[in-house]
Amino acid sequence: MLDIADLEVRYDGIVALRGVSLTVGAGEVVALIGPNGAGKSTLINTISGLVSAASGTIHVGGEDFTHLRPWTISAKGVLQVPEGRQVFSDMTVLENLQLGATALRGRPSDLDVKDVFELFPILQERSTQLAGSLSGGQQQMLAIGRALMGAPKLLLLDEPSLGLAPVVISQVFAALRTLKEKGMTILLIEQNATLALDLSNRAYILDQGRIVLSGNSADLAADEGVVAHYLGVDAEV
Amino acid sequence: MLLQQLLNGLVVGGVYALFAVGFNLIFGIQRFLNLAHGAVFMTGAFVAYYTVEAGGPLILGFLAAIIISGLLSVLIEIVCFRRLRKSGDAEFGAILSSMGASLVIMTVWQWISKTQVVRFPFDTVPVVIFRFWGLRVSLLQVIMMVAAVVIVMIMAWFLYRTSFGRQVRAVTDNEKAATLVGVNPNRTYSLTYFISGALAGAAGVLVGLAFNNINYMMGEPYLLFGFAIIILGGLGSIPGALLASLIFGMGQTLAIAYLPSGLTTAFIFSAMFLILLVKPTGLMGREEAGILRGRR
Ligand SMILES: Nc1ncnc2c1ncn2[C@@H]1O[C@H](COP(=O)(O)OP(=O)(O)O)[C@@H](O)[C@H]1O
Ligand SMILES: [Mg+2]
Repeated sequence: MLDIADLEVRYDGIVALRGVSLTVGAGEVVALIGPNGAGKSTLINTISGLVSAASGTIHVGGEDFTHLRPWTISAKGVLQVPEGRQVFSDMTVLENLQLGATALRGRPSDLDVKDVFELFPILQERSTQLAGSLSGGQQQMLAIGRALMGAPKLLLLDEPSLGLAPVVISQVFAALRTLKEKGMTILLIEQNATLALDLSNRAYILDQGRIVLSGNSADLAADEGVVAHYLGVDAEV
Repeated sequence: MLLQQLLNGLVVGGVYALFAVGFNLIFGIQRFLNLAHGAVFMTGAFVAYYTVEAGGPLILGFLAAIIISGLLSVLIEIVCFRRLRKSGDAEFGAILSSMGASLVIMTVWQWISKTQVVRFPFDTVPVVIFRFWGLRVSLLQVIMMVAAVVIVMIMAWFLYRTSFGRQVRAVTDNEKAATLVGVNPNRTYSLTYFISGALAGAAGVLVGLAFNNINYMMGEPYLLFGFAIIILGGLGSIPGALLASLIFGMGQTLAIAYLPSGLTTAFIFSAMFLILLVKPTGLMGREEAGILRGRR
């Protein structure tokens, strides 16, 4: 589904990604884990077209996406749930969801507002409230729901657990698990390695713009060396 | 005749609303003060005048003014603002570049009109006076009022009731998120500038008719009024701009009627100053200017 080859990205002089290659198969959940500043958001923003690649290629379903504009990429069903939720804060919950459907541009969708409300019942209760008045967890649910309204064939999630209380995180991840069971293709970015490895089939570890390790999530989680070195909360600070 | 003055003020305020709402729409969506907005307004007046002069009916002149002012405004965005916006921190640059555009447009009309004041032919709007409850309302005032109300209602309907309007508000609210749901912000900006310019052009025609004086500098005072109005209403707030326009129009009319002539402007701006002392963000403004929170 997603095929990234030898991707390099720079911000005026700073090299943020150095030859990253990564694949996500159809129906797969792949986690991308790494410390703050590793380049995780850069990678996802390059896939979405918000940041342009210096070299390398990005293919989705065999089609070259490397130089497409961001709104075209969204319209083709590659949808990002950005870091920090980025809901439309002065618009209602319902309007946020309706806006999510902008990405359809005539593509068929088997999901509507009702299905999002079924996944996140709290959003139905709040449907006429301004999104900016929601709690962080509710905004995260709304951001995910908004992306789902655009019928993603590839869903990109940038740190959905960031800044949320543990009980809210488990609600969000329960919803992600439901999506996984329904066969959704997901690239999940997380700093919280335990959560990410638990949900995903495979994982990549990104550090200073390079993929340093990849493999089955279960294997990575079981490897104590890996856990201590890259993922441990208390690993050498 | 307080009631009569209030009515006159309401009509003036309606025209101010056409001007100020468009001005504020751009501020709300891009945080740019479009200092060429007065020149777009003036362009509307001239386009209608030359259409009528060439023998066209007023309604045709009105439509032509709306369309040409709208397109001019789109051009201003592309030429003056688009590249600046991409460079990031551009609020100051935008002031300079739109001031430049304003001067260019004014010079062009100065050249076309040979620096003359032009006036609509005498019977462009027939002089008809309606009387009721002791009030006098001219046909022109009725036209101004109806045009202002209809145009503002169409704009509100568009922004709040259509999916395209929803996209405009989304880009205003959070450009990155709008892009991620598949909205092309450039197209949205062009559309917004068109609406803004069309509103200004309509205001220009109405003012040209009301004061029967069209000249290449007529936009300047309106730019100042527009600026005062959007600060009073709250930067970026459309309902705020509407409310402030009506207050401003009525305040100005009353001041002209009841105060020594030199004091009108001083009175209005002092009143505005007092209101802002009590509510620094404007009547309907918010902490961080307007509807632009969340854009980074
Ligand atoms: N817009 C930007 N301009 C310049 N440097 C940036 C920009 N965004 C990110 N960076 C830099 O690129 C590197 C990777 O950042 P990012 O992709 O946000 O990492 P992560 O999401 O893994 O925390 C960091 O060193 C960061 O400072
Ligand atoms: Mg990040």
